[in-house]
Amino acid sequence: MEFYRSHVLVCGGTPCVLEGCKGVRDALIAEVKRRGLDREVKVVETGCLGPCDLGPVIVVYPEGTLYQKVRVSDVPEIVEQHLLKGRVVTRLVGEAPQAGVVKYEEPTYLGVQERIVLRNCGVIDPESIEEYIARDGYRALAKCLTEMKPADVIEAVKKSGLVGRGGAAFPTGLKWSFTANADADQKYILCNADEGEPGTFKDRLILEGDPHSILEGMAIAGYAVGANKGFIYVRGEYVLSIERLGKAIEQAKALGLLGSNIFGSGFSFDVEIRKGAGAYVCGEETGLIESIEGKRGEPRIKPPYPGTEGLYGKPTVVNNVETIANIPPILLNGPDWFRQFGTERCPGTKVFTLTGDITNKGLIEVPMGITLRRVIYEIGGGIPGGREFKMAQTGGTSGGCLPKELLDVPMDYFTLPEHGSALGSGALLIMDDSHCIVDIAECFMRFFEHESCGKCTPCREGTARLHEIVAKIARGEGKPGDLELLDELGSVMQVSSLCGLGQAAPVPIKTMLKYFRDEFEAHINDRLCPTGTCGI
Amino acid sequence: MKTVEELERIRKQAQAMTRLREGKETTRIVVGMGTCGIAAGARETLSAIMDELAKRNIQDVVVTQTGCVGLCEQEPIVDVIKPGAAKVTYGKVTKEKARQIVASHIVNGQVVGEWVIASA
Ligand SMILES: Cc1cc2nc3c(=O)[nH]c(=O)nc-3n(C[C@H](O)[C@H](O)[C@H](O)COP(=O)(O)O)c2cc1C
Ligand code: FES
Repeated sequence: MEFYRSHVLVCGGTPCVLEGCKGVRDALIAEVKRRGLDREVKVVETGCLGPCDLGPVIVVYPEGTLYQKVRVSDVPEIVEQHLLKGRVVTRLVGEAPQAGVVKYEEPTYLGVQERIVLRNCGVIDPESIEEYIARDGYRALAKCLTEMKPADVIEAVKKSGLVGRGGAAFPTGLKWSFTANADADQKYILCNADEGEPGTFKDRLILEGDPHSILEGMAIAGYAVGANKGFIYVRGEYVLSIERLGKAIEQAKALGLLGSNIFGSGFSFDVEIRKGAGAYVCGEETGLIESIEGKRGEPRIKPPYPGTEGLYGKPTVVNNVETIANIPPILLNGPDWFRQFGTERCPGTKVFTLTGDITNKGLIEVPMGITLRRVIYEIGGGIPGGREFKMAQTGGTSGGCLPKELLDVPMDYFTLPEHGSALGSGALLIMDDSHCIVDIAECFMRFFEHESCGKCTPCREGTARLHEIVAKIARGEGKPGDLELLDELGSVMQVSSLCGLGQAAPVPIKTMLKYFRDEFEAHINDRLCPTGTCGI
Repeated sequence: MKTVEELERIRKQAQAMTRLREGKETTRIVVGMGTCGIAAGARETLSAIMDELAKRNIQDVVVTQTGCVGLCEQEPIVDVIKPGAAKVTYGKVTKEKARQIVASHIVNGQVVGEWVIASA
């Protein structure tokens, strides 16, 4: 039996990898050994801890001290002072996001956070199925397979009020019931890990930090709807996600938690990984299905919906990574437990990637319905450099922009659309008053023009014209009537585009016109940028 | 995996691996690791405690270190803090005494009175 008095968790999430955490980990292992502490202190690589902007990040247990921006040259001091003598190296604890010694359970950056999806991220070694099992892993699957009928599982998910976290907010239990009721010899579960939304990296960090939770959630979904095969469609550049998922699948198979006759229940389930080549439209569920089938990634005409006619024409559930990560805790703890988080209409939590002009950037999970103000000022540490908040882009480029008047609107899937915005995938891009709205609009519209697959005319032409008009305004060549034209063109695209790409492309521009119209007008009428930054 | 019991068994075993990170209130053993403590042999004391805990398969005890508390002539100093109980401080804890403290105080709940230098 191995017994260690201290665990040093080194964050191995991609943002920390980019900051050089591998070197820090190796140096820690070497130094701990050199000091003769290797039988007392264990170095563990884990998933994202949250404060990605402060990487490489490490946490020392049992104290729960979080060290940030750790360099290889800091390692001898940490080992000598903390691991040998028990003294916190205060200079590496930093001022933001917390001061002094922190308990991992309650550091301030976790203050208003609630961890359901990220329950294991940064706590376990994602490459160890044992550590996942230690934290109740695969117990929900065991419970479903041995104590519940498929219909009970669907009922529980329905009662939990869980809605899809991939952007469209469709009720997950209802979606499953369509596939469960479809009569077919073969059904599929697809996990959508394409995550093409600019500014979003939560699915990546969930997969890297807790891959088994996805396998378990998919197996439960498979049992509920009668599918014995699952595919995870991952963006090809998510190298670490793919590697860890691959290892997780191997481990689960070795223990018989995937494969045939799981828990002697007669239910069998297998999962395979499919890599995407990085087209935004392949995140759209039917484009994704086409891509898995080896065809060009273009959306299909709906209906029929994937629930009844999806992959290879068979009934198929498509769910986002975060949606699936919610499944095991919901089944293990029950729908009522889940409903105590978030709001009545929208229970549970939301994982956000907090980026832009904000002090604490990184990955957070908060109760659904939290206000933007609390996220920015209580978790995010406010706007740096003494600047003013100007706007937040919620839901990625397909979402809308929230001005400071809306800082107190509850953020959930139903309230934000009432203000013309969307919660979307969970990107939160914060911008201060140094940014020009027209400049940002131009950048977003360029993205959509580039990503439109060209299958339908409203989107192919619409995204190009939206970009053209905005680019002209940005160059100081705008003319009266342009803003009305943008509005009208956007409305046409919203009602006539084939898929969500063309339907959502006008959303950011429409909210910008609604809340920052005077800035567009200044560019057109006065050939002037009020922020003086866009070079008009 | 064929049975739920099998999963339970792995879970129980594996929990020992992650318990340290749960932050739950458990018994703590704190060893003085200032320069004075180390000079007096605190490293060996700590190793002996770890070894004894491992041998007895005791998992719900956290072992940490602290700096000099100003009682240098009493080093190695070891505190035992049980949840809800007063802190007990032992002085001049050799590795043999350390094993004895684990056996009687940690396992049997019997404070080894003669080695106690403070209790608060
Ligand atoms: C252009 C476009 C891109 C999308 N990209 C993603 C994506 O990257 N990940 C995702 O989960 N859903 C994406 N979606 C939404 C999916 O079509 C689908 O609604 C979702 O995967 C369903 O899962 P959920 O019910 O769990 O949210 C995208 C939709 C559109 C229109
Ligand atoms: S990746 Fe290390 S803190 Fe997020």
